[in-house]
Amino acid sequence: MRKKVIFKGVALPYLLLLPQLIITGIFFFWPAGQAIYGSFLREDAFGLSREFVGFENFADILADPNYLNAVSNTVIFSSAVAFSALGVALFLAVQADKAIRGADFYKTMLIWPYAIAPAIAAVLWLFLFHPQIGLFGRFLNGIGIPWDYKLNGGQAMLMVIIAAAWKQVSYNFIFFLAGLQSIPRSVLEAAAIDGARPARRFWTVIFPLLAPTSFFLLVVNLVYAFFDTFGTIHALTRGGPGQSTTTLIYKVYVDGVENLNFGASAAQSVILMALVIALTAIQFRFIERKVHY
Amino acid sequence: MRMLMRDTTMEDIALARATARRQARSRWIAHALLALGVLIFAFPIWITVVGSTHDVSTIGRGEVPLWFGGEGVANYVSAWLRGGSSLRTTGAVPAWLMLWNSLNMAVLIAVGKIAISLLSAYAVVFFAFPGRMVCFWLIFITLMLPVEVRIIPTFEVMVNLGLINSMAGLVVPLVASATATLLFRQFFLTIPDEYVEAAKIDGAGPLRFFKDVVLPLSVTNIAALFVILFIYGWNQYLWPLLIVSDKDLETVVVGMTKMIGTGDQQNEWNIIMATAVLAMLPPVLVVILMQRWFVKGLTETEK
Repeated sequence: MRKKVIFKGVALPYLLLLPQLIITGIFFFWPAGQAIYGSFLREDAFGLSREFVGFENFADILADPNYLNAVSNTVIFSSAVAFSALGVALFLAVQADKAIRGADFYKTMLIWPYAIAPAIAAVLWLFLFHPQIGLFGRFLNGIGIPWDYKLNGGQAMLMVIIAAAWKQVSYNFIFFLAGLQSIPRSVLEAAAIDGARPARRFWTVIFPLLAPTSFFLLVVNLVYAFFDTFGTIHALTRGGPGQSTTTLIYKVYVDGVENLNFGASAAQSVILMALVIALTAIQFRFIERKVHY
Repeated sequence: MRMLMRDTTMEDIALARATARRQARSRWIAHALLALGVLIFAFPIWITVVGSTHDVSTIGRGEVPLWFGGEGVANYVSAWLRGGSSLRTTGAVPAWLMLWNSLNMAVLIAVGKIAISLLSAYAVVFFAFPGRMVCFWLIFITLMLPVEVRIIPTFEVMVNLGLINSMAGLVVPLVASATATLLFRQFFLTIPDEYVEAAKIDGAGPLRFFKDVVLPLSVTNIAALFVILFIYGWNQYLWPLLIVSDKDLETVVVGMTKMIGTGDQQNEWNIIMATAVLAMLPPVLVVILMQRWFVKGLTETEK
């Protein structure tokens, strides 16, 4: 797509593009290239020389039980975050769409968690679930359920899922509400007159019409759970206890920044890169189709 | 429609009344459920705000207050001027400094991203030059390269350029923006060709056209994007954690979690809670006060 009427000149447009291209070149493409290159190299024990090892780094991490554990943590964490955030948001959006009068008020009251950083969201839930100073943490211990997310891996996972999903509901809510409000009233009235009960109306009429929105949101939520929840995990559990909340992103950070394992970290980066590319491709392919609707 | 085709009977009236009653009931249920949702969402904030007004031993003992205490002013003053610290670290950073750093970072990132993207989108849309599509795709591909997937090599670049522990280091690598460029490109394509023709006839050059026509037309888009990007900048976590170790450059989101450390019971929880409130206040206010632009920005950047 392009304009018919344009300005002449070659130097000026390059000049205008220069700042963006310099930054992407230095801070995006060069490091990404280095990560790909580095994933085929291995550093000796003293960090003095790097030799070419082919796909050995990949073979090693894929055989590493810690890495596979991070894969399964990521799958559990991301699907739990995505589905709970989508489910709660859809439920609330349907209610807000019914309560036409107050929809805007509820919208204001429900969207602000979007503004809270993942790490701060984690801290807020820590205040509630801390075993000694938190309301729920103390309550659970008080009624005889031993609660300490710093010792129990399953509880730690539950905490990071709640903190991560809580923040994402507002985003989904905005899109679901917009989607619901764009469904013509006449369609719903027709279904009502034909005698479809509310629950049936939801699943046979509303939900299919929301399917494109839901699918788009699913991808966005997965991207969020994969890449934007580093802060949640770092602030709350540091990937622990043991490695029970170490996700792929967290592991790249630990291996690269804390353990300084150059080759393994680079290989993990390359795998993650492939994952983002796939997700972005799906997202844009879908959006193109939405345009043709 | 069906009702119009035959005579209205008593049965129909009864049916209509029942439907109206059912709808009214379902609206009340909706209101109740929404109110419950709002309360659940606000509850963690309530506990934090209330907790920030009590003294340290009340919270340390685990008495989890549900209503305000009398230490609010004292807590906020000491958070603002002195800062709290977790047990194992020394040298607290005062909240005013962390907030100042976060504000700088967020505003510079938002303004930088908008400026750079306006220029690149303008070049791509209003000019024809060799390599135009290549440039566009180069910018687009950065969508697929978040910091997390190139973390170590990017860090090495920062070290080599001497950008570690500097505001420039916090901001510059983050100002490239595929999303903003795509949004402005999309918008520029809707500017009618007649405007460009008129400008040419009047003898206005491309820079003049940009300043006098394109920029004023873009004001709402810029405002919407600013809200989203300010929040994005304010909430940065991994990047500052990686490249800032100097306490003078600590940002509030990272500094806040450092105060918690391993979450020891003996932490100055009241000060930590006050700092948490201060850390989330600016972006939350921006969302609530600029809700219209926020929703616009959110939905448009996803197109």
